Amino acid sequence: MSIIEFRNVSKHFGSLKVLDEVDLAIDRGEVVVLIGPSGSGKSTLLRCINGLETITGGDLVVDELSVLAGNARLREIRQEAGMVFQQFNLFPQLTAVENVAFGPRHVRGVNRTQAREQALALLDKVGLKDQAEQYPDSLSGGQQQRVAIARALAVKPKVMLFDEPTSALDPELKQEVLNVMRTLAEEGMTMVVVTHEMSFARQVGSRLIFMEHGKIAVDGDPREMISSPTNPRLKDFLRHVH
Amino acid sequence: MNTDWSVIVTFMPQLLKGAQMTIFITVVGLCGGMAVGAIAGLMRAYGNWLLNYTAMVYIEVIRGTPIVVQVMFLYFALPVLASIRIDPLTAAMIAIVINAGAYIAEIVRGSLQSISRGLAEAGLALGLPRWKVLVYIVGPLAFRRLIPPLGNQFIISLKDTSLFIVIGVGELTRTGQEIMAANFRAVEIWSAIAIMYLIMTGSLTLLLRFIERRMKIL
Repeated sequence: MSIIEFRNVSKHFGSLKVLDEVDLAIDRGEVVVLIGPSGSGKSTLLRCINGLETITGGDLVVDELSVLAGNARLREIRQEAGMVFQQFNLFPQLTAVENVAFGPRHVRGVNRTQAREQALALLDKVGLKDQAEQYPDSLSGGQQQRVAIARALAVKPKVMLFDEPTSALDPELKQEVLNVMRTLAEEGMTMVVVTHEMSFARQVGSRLIFMEHGKIAVDGDPREMISSPTNPRLKDFLRHVH
Repeated sequence: MNTDWSVIVTFMPQLLKGAQMTIFITVVGLCGGMAVGAIAGLMRAYGNWLLNYTAMVYIEVIRGTPIVVQVMFLYFALPVLASIRIDPLTAAMIAIVINAGAYIAEIVRGSLQSISRGLAEAGLALGLPRWKVLVYIVGPLAFRRLIPPLGNQFIISLKDTSLFIVIGVGELTRTGQEIMAANFRAVEIWSAIAIMYLIMTGSLTLLLRFIERRMKIL
């Protein structure tokens, strides 16, 4: 039983077709890496899963809930599908631990002390227990992104969505974020990751999807697709990101 | 030129009463103006097309006409149009409410829209309903950005009360003019009045600086 299922999904921005009748089923425990040239629709595809973009055709089902079933259902989906953004988007008026405790407090209704305890445990997990009382603006990009991962995990999602999580980071900071993601994958978290990190795709991904013009062009095993791409445009794309 | 600064002392009780009236109109007007401005600003930022358009018409009509015309309309035209008769003080306070409200609405809208969309998305992605995103995330951040332009509007509104001389409200400027008409001590009286306005706006500035310092803009 798939946890995420795109059924003939289209997405238009005005007359621009960003997703073109996409069919895709993602199973529990899969680590799906989405790649493709900019404008190919990979971020949009990801953002449709938790309804940050509204699909304009077809149906999309997450954990047996349709994204089209209204706001209350959509909020349930969002609690099941945590998201990590390219720009971290930490709440700047809150400390690291308050950021992480925010979701449980305001979404799950967990009390303050319990939410804080859980948040500290999650910060420990991403290696930031010592930074718990820091505000985001005094953390490095890599640290901010790890706090953001902890914040998303705090709501106890079944799926994690990553939208270019390392694209805004300096090369030496990317690795600390990728390591956290690798640990998550090893624990069996279902993950959908938009990224340009081919080594991550090869080492951690269980499935690689190459998108082009709003369609899934190639869908297969990451190691195979990267080492011996048959699709000429994928071959061309890989030459440019390496 | 012969000046006699002692007339200021003589008329100080009267001037202070005028200043008191100025402060009263300003405070009441701005409290109402902030409520109106918050509502109209939210309508502009988050309303559907009808709410948005309604707020926009209100804002454009008020910003596009002088406050003197607005208060004259309230005081002289409204009784004719709708048989609503209001006293000058009420007209003055309402004029500040609707006038400051329009400007504050734009300040509120601008502050809300200056908060990065990504932060609202981060809240939504956690599963928060929209109103909680506004109350817990966007609102507190927007509020900090609101303070400097809001302070500016407070000072403008305070000085705008002097225009209510046209409907005969006994605020500070009107009081000065009445004293003047009796003793022709223009230099002394208008100097005193200018300084009194400066003290009022200066105190307001200091108060706002204090609030601003306590709230870091993020």
